[in-house]
Amino acid sequence: MGTVMGSDRQWHHRPLKLKLLLWFCWLLGLGIFITCWNKISEKTMWFFVTDAPSQAKDLATRMVPPRWDYLDNLWLPIWDTFNIATLGTLIAFFIAVPVAFCAARNTTPNTFLVRPIALFIIASSRSINSLIWALMLVTIIGPGILAGIIAIGLRSIGFIAKLLYEAIEEIEPVQVEAITATGASGGQVLSFGIFPQVLPALAGISVYRWDINIRESTILGLVGAGGIGLQLEASISTLAWTQVSIILLVILITVILSEWVSARVRYSII
Amino acid sequence: MLRLKNLTKRYPTGDLALDNVSIEIPTGQVLALIGPSGAGKSTLIRCINRLVEPSSGSVHLNDQNLCLLGKHSLRSARRHIGMIFQEYALVERLSVMENVLSGRLGYVGFWRSLLRKFPQKDINAAFDLLGRVGLEDMAYKRADALSGGQRQRVGIARALIQDPELLLVDEPTASLDPRTSRQIMRIISDLCQERDLTAVINIHDVPLAKLFAQRIVGLKQGQIVYDGNPDGLTSEVLTQIYGEEDWSATGDHIDSQNLRGI
Repeated sequence: MGTVMGSDRQWHHRPLKLKLLLWFCWLLGLGIFITCWNKISEKTMWFFVTDAPSQAKDLATRMVPPRWDYLDNLWLPIWDTFNIATLGTLIAFFIAVPVAFCAARNTTPNTFLVRPIALFIIASSRSINSLIWALMLVTIIGPGILAGIIAIGLRSIGFIAKLLYEAIEEIEPVQVEAITATGASGGQVLSFGIFPQVLPALAGISVYRWDINIRESTILGLVGAGGIGLQLEASISTLAWTQVSIILLVILITVILSEWVSARVRYSII
Repeated sequence: MLRLKNLTKRYPTGDLALDNVSIEIPTGQVLALIGPSGAGKSTLIRCINRLVEPSSGSVHLNDQNLCLLGKHSLRSARRHIGMIFQEYALVERLSVMENVLSGRLGYVGFWRSLLRKFPQKDINAAFDLLGRVGLEDMAYKRADALSGGQRQRVGIARALIQDPELLLVDEPTASLDPRTSRQIMRIISDLCQERDLTAVINIHDVPLAKLFAQRIVGLKQGQIVYDGNPDGLTSEVLTQIYGEEDWSATGDHIDSQNLRGI
């Protein structure tokens, strides 16, 4: 109906050239995949792989039943772990907020000097894993909780600052204009026009990072930076597998709890 | 008295938004600025309180050249210039009261404003103004819980609590329905009359402009192409401002008489 016979016009989702290119890319990807597969197969000791199921079964049987009475030795370490995560996040929060305002294009006091410095702080904090930070700090300030707290803090600065400055760059400029137009000072524009707009993001980011930090601080003990990881390391190296299983169980429950808390907090703020 | 002289704005992209605009607005006059999108209306009112820096020319508000002011004195000058925005520009997460009181920020120190310790005089004024715009019960509501018309009323209250000498109004009705648009324009023009306020109102809606303004300035590509009475806006003038179109359906004379009663 409505079309004239013989005048059907063709429509293609993608032009022919692009289609060919896409096919070529897929082919190339498949080739790379097969090559890699072969390389990995060559380097694999298949004896260990075929042995894996029975090894796993063996380990599992050695892990049960968990040694429940070992729990009494874990309350203090898990409390330490919790404190490392919380205090580390708190330190990071107070450093990250000003860094983020210096890094955001629309709030930075200076684009040529301050902003690059802020971005460098963010990048260097993010490029080093908490475990590596902890390793270095243990050699500097000695083993213990303090090293863990600072390691978590240093790693989290970049995370919080990066997500926050992205949120700052996405605020509604017209709300800021409106506050500026009343004759408000720079600090007042910040506190009335900008801060309320990024507050939900800031709260969400911090709680999310706290949640991640609970998980990260459970392993810091592996390098001597305090927390439950210390017990984990000791149990693994003495092959006390029933202790390992109870430790993993405690970590699991802690993580689930922290995730629940962070989800609730974020929900109630936004 | 507001005096714009040879005001020119060229954006870094090279676009000439304002081209040698000169207007003299006596105290108490409500002036509507009409023109097609991109004609420079928004730029013009933002050049007055220097949210946009003019490239050249001068803006005199009562013998003070706003273009020459330093950062600090510009802030004090802005306290006397109220501004109302197209999308209301309320701080969405703050309460209605905080939004209204933010109009007093220029008079309150940083820490007091941070702790929301505004002078009682300002709080009284805020309640009075909320009552004036019909929102006395909304003080504790969050701005994003209000309807468009209510938000614009809060915007009006925020501008007026500044006790301004000049009101800059940027497309106040562009996001509102026709009835609310008229109510908002009526509130603005009534308040201007009560307080002998000078006002520059950007507006798309020609009939509304004719209804509420004492003087119309037509802007096209950054230049003034009409400056005169609302009655002088004939089809020829509208064509000159906006381009070729059948303007006979702008039968606002009958319309405006019927609607004065709202």
